Amino acid sequence: MTKLKTHMGRRAFIKNTSLASGGLVLGFSILNSCKSEQAKEMAVREMPKEWFEMNSYLKIGDNGVVTIYTPNPEFGQNIRTSMPMLVAEELDVDWKNVLVEQAPYHADKYGFQFTGGSRGISARWEPLRMAGATARQMLIAAAAETWQVPKEEVTAEAGVLQHAATKKSAGYGEMASVAATLTVPEEVQLKEVKDFKLVSRSQKNVDAKSIVTGRPLFGMDIQEEGMLIAMIEHPPAFGLTLKSVDGEAAKAMPGIKDVVTIKSFKDGYEKGGFDTNAFPELVAIVGNSTWEVMQAKKKLKVEWQPITAYSETIAGFGGKQTINIPAGLESTTTHKSKMEALAAKPGKVVRKDGNPEVAFKNATKILERSYSAPFLAHNNMEPLNAFAHVAGDKAKIAAPIQIPSFIIPTIASSLGIPKENIEMDLPRMGGGFGRKAYAHFVVEAALISQKVNAPIKLVYSREDDMTNGIYRPTYHATYRAAFDENNNLTALHVKAGGVPESPLFANRFPAGAIDNYMAEEWTIDSNISIGAFRAPRSNFMAGAEQAFLDEVAETMGKDAIQFRLDLLKRAKENPVGERNDYDADRYAGVLELVREKSAWKENDATKHRGVSAYFCHNSYAAHVLDLKMENGKPVVEKVVCAIDCGVVVNPDAATNMAEGAITDGIGNAFYGELTFQDGVPQKNNFHQYQMIRMKEAPKEIDVHFVQNKIDPTGMGEPPFPPVFGAVANALYKATGQRHYSQPFITKKEVVG
Amino acid sequence: MAIFNLNINGETKEVDVDPATPMLWVLRDHIKLVGTKYGCGIAQCGACTVHLGDNAVRSCQLPVSAVGEQKITTIEGLSEHGDHPVQKAWLEIDVPQCGYCQAGQIMSASALLKRNPNPSDEEIESAMNGNICRCGTYTRIKKAIKTAASSENV
Ligand code: FES
Ligand code: FES
Repeated sequence: MTKLKTHMGRRAFIKNTSLASGGLVLGFSILNSCKSEQAKEMAVREMPKEWFEMNSYLKIGDNGVVTIYTPNPEFGQNIRTSMPMLVAEELDVDWKNVLVEQAPYHADKYGFQFTGGSRGISARWEPLRMAGATARQMLIAAAAETWQVPKEEVTAEAGVLQHAATKKSAGYGEMASVAATLTVPEEVQLKEVKDFKLVSRSQKNVDAKSIVTGRPLFGMDIQEEGMLIAMIEHPPAFGLTLKSVDGEAAKAMPGIKDVVTIKSFKDGYEKGGFDTNAFPELVAIVGNSTWEVMQAKKKLKVEWQPITAYSETIAGFGGKQTINIPAGLESTTTHKSKMEALAAKPGKVVRKDGNPEVAFKNATKILERSYSAPFLAHNNMEPLNAFAHVAGDKAKIAAPIQIPSFIIPTIASSLGIPKENIEMDLPRMGGGFGRKAYAHFVVEAALISQKVNAPIKLVYSREDDMTNGIYRPTYHATYRAAFDENNNLTALHVKAGGVPESPLFANRFPAGAIDNYMAEEWTIDSNISIGAFRAPRSNFMAGAEQAFLDEVAETMGKDAIQFRLDLLKRAKENPVGERNDYDADRYAGVLELVREKSAWKENDATKHRGVSAYFCHNSYAAHVLDLKMENGKPVVEKVVCAIDCGVVVNPDAATNMAEGAITDGIGNAFYGELTFQDGVPQKNNFHQYQMIRMKEAPKEIDVHFVQNKIDPTGMGEPPFPPVFGAVANALYKATGQRHYSQPFITKKEVVG
Repeated sequence: MAIFNLNINGETKEVDVDPATPMLWVLRDHIKLVGTKYGCGIAQCGACTVHLGDNAVRSCQLPVSAVGEQKITTIEGLSEHGDHPVQKAWLEIDVPQCGYCQAGQIMSASALLKRNPNPSDEEIESAMNGNICRCGTYTRIKKAIKTAASSENV
């Protein structure tokens, strides 16, 4: 048994009486007004008369119904099911008696409410189980006290407390009032993985019924009394800023209340790493309804002017960092030529093993290939939005965002109110993929509400969303491999860069498996805002690396999977260097599993298959992708996928995520692209930006998990990056041509 | 502005709006039925799909003035208890990820099954091709449509 001190979430376990009366008590409760179908159904069945709060994650009703507050915001990974499962497992309660409620932002009670970096489950693995286990222990203590029997003899299972010797028995609900008054135990025992009854067994999405019946769940769905609709007008090009606005014509339009300008940051404010914002000065238009505001927005007369170059210090995740923002209007063609020029020059050496220069000099053969990928827009189905009601020095906000704690200081500073006066609800996000980690739009909503002195919902149009992006950067990588006279691989050299960040991971495979290795990087400054996009940097490097390794294997006449396994064997048995960031065994494990499940045959001429494997977010994923050409178009027939992410909490939900990652990867590999001309994004809606649709999605996806008892690691991102390599490698088999530059298909099909 | 009496989910709703207002915004902002979603506003994503009579239409392209007496069904009115065979199949297959596109997907799928109770894969793909799912749930959507098709009373 794992005994754990409860100190690590101790503040979270301190009871807060204001919550004891139930519900999300925040004075206002947007999310409560959109009670879930689950809650409605249970209300009909059995709603307790009284709730007893055991800790900030759970309360137990007098009839045994349990409410679990799920701490992290949801954007589709189904953590609103899997996180409460962790609590319920240790509490040992019947899942049917569990109600899930979304916790509001509250750092003291819920810790780091961060949805991103595939860290949700791994970061919550212990604290949430501990919340359940401590409550269970308190219930046991309450029963022991009530029955006057030793604690050790009381069992608690499936919501029932029992004392065998005296045949006493009570539901959790009956003991909850006593349990809630007891002190939190100093230590708790967590279950062993093998004893799980709920975790690792697929549970249905707790929100599915609300979703399929159209209940209001999303930020976009919020309707409050007296709420106005706001939209913003941002510069049409990166590199421009607001000069002046004439809002008279717009204001004269029906339903329009006001036209205001806002400034997202106070002068001198030190930004955090997620305060990214290319357009901090905006025009906002506020009116009664979305359609009216959309119409009036067209009447705004705004003048824009070029920005001047500047540098700023950002307090990011990895400490303070200075970034340079150049002036000017950038174009994709210029980016490309600049990238090619830098790729041809020496970069900054980040890692060097052995003597790559000599190995390349002595090589009998050198294989050199360059890969590139464009900027990508996130294109979440739900455009950016936020609700804000600022009144005096208080703000009530509902923000569909990934990292609430990171934007609170900015909101407080920009509004000029104390942080403590901001209440924030976390409605469901209609997709996130990294974009909603950058919550500038919440600051904008708050500032607009403050200016017009009314509750407002800020709504971005699709065009605003796509052209005011925090994009996946454009990248470039050159790989070189040296071979000796026996066709053995003797050295590998990677040089990668991008606008404005480098995608390189110098210590990832195949580093560690090759005696002579060098990794270099370079960057080009830009004023186009960029940020995290599902598996940042990996989403490019995996494709480049795995496509290159495929060509290396082919050059050596080796089977693509066996070649990778041979390298991993080397990395395991006799690793080169000490900083290799992957576990060669687990890496090989997913390749072996995918080889078995896909019935992979060496040099199989009957299928056009591509294999690819990658490690990121502490997990391992491998795909075998089968593709055929039909009327000149690639059709993905089947993808077999193997993942090692440790214990899988909710297998069917994880499978859904992997299927989504594969489809997303194929879509972006084939079609994903945003280009710029003189600072202007060249696509602004789905008639121009091609998204993968059902016709292009794989006909079949078959997901397998490596079974082990390792604490959970990332899941949302890891299956995504290797898709790009699998697509490239299968495309080569199907067409005889290697594809080096994404998107692989550029012809757009118009769908209506 | 003009007054319209609309038949929404079997109830008459009166709204006073600009005749050019798309049904999407009439539903969301004026009738407060927010299950119908805004995704693109230009008939490219399908998030706003509703039924006009028995047909799936993009409500972002349907001005309120064009509706007249035709019946409109939204996701909220597809069934009384969320038990339309398509909704049931969606639950059985546990289709949604973020869920934002799913109302539109379900409205397209239910209209398809009404006119073609036993669609082929190709027919499903064609009928559903106007509905984007950014989360990539297409394989599950297809499976759910087949599940619904094989159940009775579509
Ligand atoms: S919002 Fe109507 S099709 Fe996208
Ligand atoms: S489930 Fe997220 S867009 Fe379809």
